[in-house]
Amino acid sequence: MNGWKRTGRGAKARLAGTFDSQEAAVLRGLVGEVRQMLAGRSADNPADELAVLTGMRTGPSTRPDDRVLARLLPDFTTEDADLAAGMRSLHEPELIEAKDAAAALVLDTLPEAGGRVELTAEQGDTWLVALNDVRLALGTALDVSEEMAEDLPLDDPRAAHLGVYHWLTFVQDALVQSRMQIR
Amino acid sequence: MESMAAPLPAPTRQVEQDVAEESTADVPWQAIVWNDPVNLMSYVTYVLQKLFGYPEPKATALMLDVHHKGKAAVSSGDKDKIEGDVAKLHAAGLWATMQKA
Repeated sequence: MNGWKRTGRGAKARLAGTFDSQEAAVLRGLVGEVRQMLAGRSADNPADELAVLTGMRTGPSTRPDDRVLARLLPDFTTEDADLAAGMRSLHEPELIEAKDAAAALVLDTLPEAGGRVELTAEQGDTWLVALNDVRLALGTALDVSEEMAEDLPLDDPRAAHLGVYHWLTFVQDALVQSRMQIR
Repeated sequence: MESMAAPLPAPTRQVEQDVAEESTADVPWQAIVWNDPVNLMSYVTYVLQKLFGYPEPKATALMLDVHHKGKAAVSSGDKDKIEGDVAKLHAAGLWATMQKA
């Protein structure tokens, strides 16, 4: 992956990038992990009879205990616990659905063995969301902070993962830059 | 709070009603974006342009406020509008909350 290039103009504009097999495997693996975490959250809150009858889904009213899930599915407000519970219950199912769809698009467009990826502007936006979710998950798990050194000491168990995180940062930032060239 | 030099005249019934109405129905809400060590400055700027149609200089200024001051109000309006805005910001992965302005 050497970044993304914009090709074509107008409706034919595309964002093109190439992943080698190892890069594709790493990204597909992480996207799959995020999907599984979100699916686990949904499974903890199966649709009840009322939701099946009315077609109106409601999600859980409490924040996930897991801090990675809590970052992917944030509270709507910190000032009013009742409002936060109500908003979460109302919006969490569709938020999980949107994140799952973004993850699925990456898996559909990134060949397992690696290779060239060509995206429409709209698909580029969806990729940005999925890449961001993976970085949020990994960054939260690694306790990434703005003061953190670029590299950790080699004996730090997080060192290898941090390398992957920085690579994802490059892939996402390059995609933003190329996407902004398409109007 | 500064103290008043002269006592105010006793409020009439009419004035009290006006104050009560203002404090309940017409309070605007704001969508707040909080600083986050993961979200990229370029991505936050792009999301603000895309979701709210802000010109690039305004989106950049708001992003820099988030980065330097820790948070910024990125939109305001009635409660339903702001609820929708926060839902969209969450879908984009930004750390956002809603609050009364």
